[in-house]
Amino acid sequence: METNHNILEVQNLTIGYDQVPLGGAISFNLEKGTLCAIVGVNGIGKSTLLRTLGNLQPKISGEIILVGKPQESLSPNDRARLLSLVLTEPMASKNLTVSEVLTLGRQPYTNWLGQLSDADKEAVANSLSRFDLNDLAERKCFELSDGQLQRVLIARAMTQDTPLILLDEPTAHLDLYHKVQIFKLLQQLAHQHQKTIVFTTHEIDLAIQLCDKILLLDGKTNAFASPCELIEKGSFSTLFPSEMVRFDEKTGTFKVSK
Amino acid sequence: MSMPKLSYTVWFLLLVIALVVSVLCNLSLGSVSIPLKDTFAVFLGNSPEKESWKYIITDYRVPKALTAILVGGGLAVSGLLMQTLFRNPLAGPFVLGISSGASLGAALLLMGTSLLAGYTTIELSNSFSLAIAASIGSFLVLFVVLVVANRVRDTMALLIIGLMFGSITAALVSVLAYFSNAAQLQRFIFWSFGSVGNLSWAQLGMLTAVVTIGLLITLFSLKSLNAFLLGENYAKSLGVSLKTSKYAIIIATGLLAGGITAFAGPIAFVGLAVPHLTRQLFHTMDHKVLVPAVFLYGGILMLLCDTIAQLPNSAQVLPINAITSLIGAPVVIWLLVKKRRLFF
Repeated sequence: METNHNILEVQNLTIGYDQVPLGGAISFNLEKGTLCAIVGVNGIGKSTLLRTLGNLQPKISGEIILVGKPQESLSPNDRARLLSLVLTEPMASKNLTVSEVLTLGRQPYTNWLGQLSDADKEAVANSLSRFDLNDLAERKCFELSDGQLQRVLIARAMTQDTPLILLDEPTAHLDLYHKVQIFKLLQQLAHQHQKTIVFTTHEIDLAIQLCDKILLLDGKTNAFASPCELIEKGSFSTLFPSEMVRFDEKTGTFKVSK
Repeated sequence: MSMPKLSYTVWFLLLVIALVVSVLCNLSLGSVSIPLKDTFAVFLGNSPEKESWKYIITDYRVPKALTAILVGGGLAVSGLLMQTLFRNPLAGPFVLGISSGASLGAALLLMGTSLLAGYTTIELSNSFSLAIAASIGSFLVLFVVLVVANRVRDTMALLIIGLMFGSITAALVSVLAYFSNAAQLQRFIFWSFGSVGNLSWAQLGMLTAVVTIGLLITLFSLKSLNAFLLGENYAKSLGVSLKTSKYAIIIATGLLAGGITAFAGPIAFVGLAVPHLTRQLFHTMDHKVLVPAVFLYGGILMLLCDTIAQLPNSAQVLPINAITSLIGAPVVIWLLVKKRRLFF
């Protein structure tokens, strides 16, 4: 902590199920306040990597270091104060109200009964107003639109108040307007609130425009750099088979090959 | 809506008042109707109009009312725990095979002796040994389910395993029934009707101890129960140690549902229906509110069912299991039609 500001350090990490590695080793470092996208084709292991980073499934080899400490050395509660998640799976009970969902984000800080302190209540109130959820506070989650629900889940992660937030495909099922809204929100959280945010996405064009770093999973080299550097190196052009889709370096977007 | 705190307090007050009213109804109504002023007289140590009323109240109706509260409240809480753990609004305390395990234990004691000819059933089957056999049965099945559950990760799989074990034990019970004589079969059928009225003060003490331990474990699980509402992965990310909390919740359910079924027989629908009914009053999913509310509601419902089952002023007593089903099943259907789906 004292010498570097790395929130997340990943060294030679291999991921996969049942000791069968998925792609090559992955290494990258993320500093405080960085917005980083994980991109790659379907099945390459974006979600697996995110779940491994989030301690939802075991790694095969390598190191994951959270704020200077190896991930496996942390107690469940300490880990919950460093790392929060937004997953693609639906909430178990959509009968929860928006403010109940945010309140659950305070669990790592509450006593054995889960009683809220004044600080906890303030954190929930802050999240409600910061994410423009005051009008929805007493609504049940099943009454919300996909875009609103995603905002609630991100607000819950922010209420957990961790330096690192991991999100699995936060813009899936959203229209372009709401996609951009979520991207902008994540960028704002990273830059204004100094959160380190890692998320998987298929929206490569948006990630190129808005992210500080991109981890490009290709199963071999797994390039990690800023979007501009990756464009200069031509990393995006090898992402998809060129007879189908080609990357236009001038505009930073993908075009269908004719 | 604007002041949810106040309305919870109001609802809790109403539930407590309803509980007191139900207890008084339950105490004064029965085969012999005892006026309320005489019921109070017994409590105040005075003599009621007829001396026999004193014994009816202290030796029979008070333990029965207390049993009804423990049985209804405990089953309802175990239903709530199961619905949260299995993320399934149709889960009840019986899904882990607990009730069928208890049936198997009771069946082995009451009917199994015809397979090991030589013993007389009557000696073995006083209500104490019946309770012990039923508890052993429910815990054995729960234990096997837990061992199997250790090998599967998914809670839905655990639910299905519980149901399958229920089918296996039900099949064993029918095999036992096939080989037993009419008297044995009758005893088993009477046990399966359920009853809150046959407990002595000593048995009531044991039931109280089991239910108290189950509720204490529930108290320590309140925080993780709330986290489970988001799903297991989110719960884990909030610092909940999944294995420990799941086992705690399953053991609490086993104690509550298993212990109650052992003493009172299988009682249907309370565990399934009461959590849903309670959610109609309390618009929250917070288990700190729901657990006490569900316990009170379950106790009230059981007292009322028992009062109906006693058929006031007649010598007949209906099987309480039939009353809870007759009330519980339409309630679940009504909730489904009204809400179009059951939430949990």
